[in-house]
Amino acid sequence: MHYWIGNTGHLAIISSFVTALLATYGYAQASRNTLEAPKWQRFSRIVFGIHAVSVVTVVASLYWIIYNHYYEYHYSWDNSSRSLPGYYVISSFWQDQEGSFLLWIFWLAMIGLVLIRYFNGSKAEQKMKFEAPTLAVFGLVQAFLCSMILGVVIPGLDFKIGSSPFLLLREAHPEWPVWAMKPDFIPEDGNGLNPLLQNPWMVIHPPTLFLGYALTLVPFAFAIAGLWRKEYKNWIKPALPWTGVGALILGVGIMMGAIWAYETLNFEGYWNWDPVENGIYVPWLVLVGALHTMIIYQNNKSTLRISAILVIAQFVLVLYATFMTRSGILGNASVHSFTDLGLSGQLLIYLLTFTIGSIALLVWRWKDMPSSEKEISTYSREFWIFCGATVICMAAFQVIVTTSIPVYNTLLANFGIKSNLALPADQVKHYTQFQQWFFVVIVILNGIGQFFWWGKVKREQPERVAKGKMVVEAKGISLNLGPWEVFSTPLVITLLATGILIVLMGVSNVTYIILFLTAMFSIVTNFTTIVTVLKGKWKLSGGAVAHIGVALMLIGILFSAGYSKVVSQNKSGLIIFNDKNVATKENVENQLLWLNQPQQLDKYLVTYKGKYVQARDMPGYVPRESVELIENDFHAVALKDLTHDGKTYHKKGDTLEVFPENTYYEVEYRQQDGKIFSLFPRIQINPRMGNAVSPAIRHEVKRDIYTHIMDAPMPNQERQWSETENYTVAIGDTLFLNDYVALFRGVQPVKEVEGVALGPGDAAVKADIEVFDKSGRSVTVDPVYFIKDRNVGLRAATSDELGLRVRLTQIDPKTGKFTFGVNATQRDYIVMKAIEKPHINLLWIGTGLLVVGMFLSTKRRFGESVAG
Amino acid sequence: MKKIHLLGIAVIAAAIFILITTAGDASTYVDFTKAEQMASEGDDSKVHVVGNLKKDMAGQIQEMEYNPAVNANLLTFTLVDDKGIARKVIYHEPKPQDIEKSEKVVVIGRMENGIFVCDQVLLKCPSKYNDAKAPTAMK
Repeated sequence: MHYWIGNTGHLAIISSFVTALLATYGYAQASRNTLEAPKWQRFSRIVFGIHAVSVVTVVASLYWIIYNHYYEYHYSWDNSSRSLPGYYVISSFWQDQEGSFLLWIFWLAMIGLVLIRYFNGSKAEQKMKFEAPTLAVFGLVQAFLCSMILGVVIPGLDFKIGSSPFLLLREAHPEWPVWAMKPDFIPEDGNGLNPLLQNPWMVIHPPTLFLGYALTLVPFAFAIAGLWRKEYKNWIKPALPWTGVGALILGVGIMMGAIWAYETLNFEGYWNWDPVENGIYVPWLVLVGALHTMIIYQNNKSTLRISAILVIAQFVLVLYATFMTRSGILGNASVHSFTDLGLSGQLLIYLLTFTIGSIALLVWRWKDMPSSEKEISTYSREFWIFCGATVICMAAFQVIVTTSIPVYNTLLANFGIKSNLALPADQVKHYTQFQQWFFVVIVILNGIGQFFWWGKVKREQPERVAKGKMVVEAKGISLNLGPWEVFSTPLVITLLATGILIVLMGVSNVTYIILFLTAMFSIVTNFTTIVTVLKGKWKLSGGAVAHIGVALMLIGILFSAGYSKVVSQNKSGLIIFNDKNVATKENVENQLLWLNQPQQLDKYLVTYKGKYVQARDMPGYVPRESVELIENDFHAVALKDLTHDGKTYHKKGDTLEVFPENTYYEVEYRQQDGKIFSLFPRIQINPRMGNAVSPAIRHEVKRDIYTHIMDAPMPNQERQWSETENYTVAIGDTLFLNDYVALFRGVQPVKEVEGVALGPGDAAVKADIEVFDKSGRSVTVDPVYFIKDRNVGLRAATSDELGLRVRLTQIDPKTGKFTFGVNATQRDYIVMKAIEKPHINLLWIGTGLLVVGMFLSTKRRFGESVAG
Repeated sequence: MKKIHLLGIAVIAAAIFILITTAGDASTYVDFTKAEQMASEGDDSKVHVVGNLKKDMAGQIQEMEYNPAVNANLLTFTLVDDKGIARKVIYHEPKPQDIEKSEKVVVIGRMENGIFVCDQVLLKCPSKYNDAKAPTAMK
């Protein structure tokens, strides 16, 4: 029993909660214009420092418990196991709600420290104005989050606040009968990590996402500080680069999740419009919208109120997403929301406090906030950026309206109204029909906006210019040009390029042509901006690069989703229906493949080649029959020498570490040009958490080929053999084995029998039976009959592809007849689906550009904000 | 009128359009009786039906058929809705993993000739993410 570590952790949670409250109070006092303010500020800094140390202690304690397999603790027992490789132990940390809250708390504490340092380095004025109120907001958020993992029961009320990750197993499961007999019982092993989370992306996706979550608080805290201290004009400048970092990190986190889903889950794509995904997509969009209005404000001071609204909205939406996914309100609407820990009340208070509080503050200060009364010119860059931000927010609005459908039901139920509203039957279609048009407008605007932004139009001059004209600056000379003259070149290039590409790629759908055209327009205009105006000054090109990234992502999504092609379509037309009432579906998309029986699917000859396991210390896959898996363990014994690319990793008889849950199914694709590649989709068997299937993907330059198993005999199931049938035949006779025609070719003496040491007086023979399958191929089955020390021994021959087990049971030397005992079973098969996803690489390249662009732009604005 | 006001009107119009379309696209949770009534009235919108797989006294699932050797793209089973009405459900996809272990099944589709033809099956598995069983090594 290691009570000390749990006690340390729990004490640190309480300390972090109390210090968070103290820091809130202290910083709130420091925010007032009193003589004591500097004292309060110094005090609060120390308190926040203690808070950060406490948080780090909590994290370290929990990690220590998981890392050392202290299964007397519920969290460790529930989320990890001894067979889990070291790098996945990290993922165990955030599998459950408590750990993921802790991750969020950890990042907020770190960012708080960075902020304090940042204020220390900035001008004294900013330090005094903003440090106290922003960190007061931080403290309050930390107090709420720490309360979620507090695990303290209020005496007398029988009300528990939060759920502690340091619960002992016997506290979490007092109903187990074992405690009565053995109070100090510690399980040998834990439940293990959900197989779906055993993926490298799941090691880095959650920390990145929660860092993004945490960063959304920074602009919010600045906005609240600005409103609170009536520093309406000064909060945007320091908040802007933080908004950029938040949008960047959150975006990266979302895309990591998308890649994880694409590689691990079986819904055949990177985005499924699941409430959990939407819940974070929406605040990200609003955050990006806020980023744009804040950029406008930096230049023209006209979008103060809307910036404040959007910055507050994005943070409230983060809280709303947290509430939706963690309170259990989604019910069966989501496949991956957390289990309800009974925190919904606390989560609701958290959400409402910040929603009502910030809206009230906004309303209270509304009249006081300066607003620009001057008309925005249609020919100003600000107008176009503002339109862009508006459309981004509309896109967010659409997603949240639909995603919240389960919330409406619960809400109405509280008023006694029974609502049976459900999410749209075809969610992908529902969201796509809106989002694609929003993004058509967004990419048009991001092209125009960026084109206007860089000196194409002089801001001071629009009034002097005749209506409908723009001032275009080239090489220091200002020219008055109409919109057509400015955009004619990029438009012509766009139309030409799009025309050629549409023909080459065979795009015929009108919607897709429009999407493609507008995305190309965005690429051309933004690229023109980089080349002609910025002349490759990469420090300034962040915006344009990011915009090109978005347009490329759109094209990647358009092709990979719009033109994805099911390879495994069954076009044979041989569908048997016994039931006349059953409506037939024209395209059946899943294909049954018998072991070793090639099947032509589209332009590939596809063969299922067998089952494999993966060794931990060698590349590639090991045929399942080459190793003996040790039950309830993660070791296996090699039955053969295990080699990969000519190198022997394990000799016969060696014990090696494997991933016992994973079985890989080799699917071989033979292309028309004779080239062969194999994919290894996977089934993970986990009796405690359910089986999980994961696809295998071949990445080519122009397409991905995606394959996953829809059904197969489960690797952990015992095979059912039919009753033995005996056949007595002579050499050269024909037999009918389980519907196959077979020819008994003869017997031959053998010198060695696997696992049996034959002495001088012993003998062994091998029968040679050739079995013809339905396609006419032949498979040889060779059971062995041997005599050792005058005892008869039999060695059965098994064929998975025929579903046969044959034993040579008797040899009659008098008649020259041989008797075979034959059992039949289900032949080995898989049901698989294969999909071609063209040009999906554009999505990843676009993502990369978006990240690079946002990084460049944020870096520049950090420089500006520190320089004053 | 300022341009910003025009923009505002456009935004409000778009928002109303979104709300109306969403209301139209939203599906509903119904029972089989209601689904049959909708089908007989010619309403072919897809609905959600929540239910349990038909089981015998011993907890064995009954009337579930999936024979990949005959047709890998056809699963049929009987679902008992919350009112206790049982209907045959057909699904033109392979059998979802762990359907046997699921506590509740949500089918999305519509009634056709007394059979519920669904194009999505959602499973609610009690053990999928948590509620792990007690360890077997308890002695």
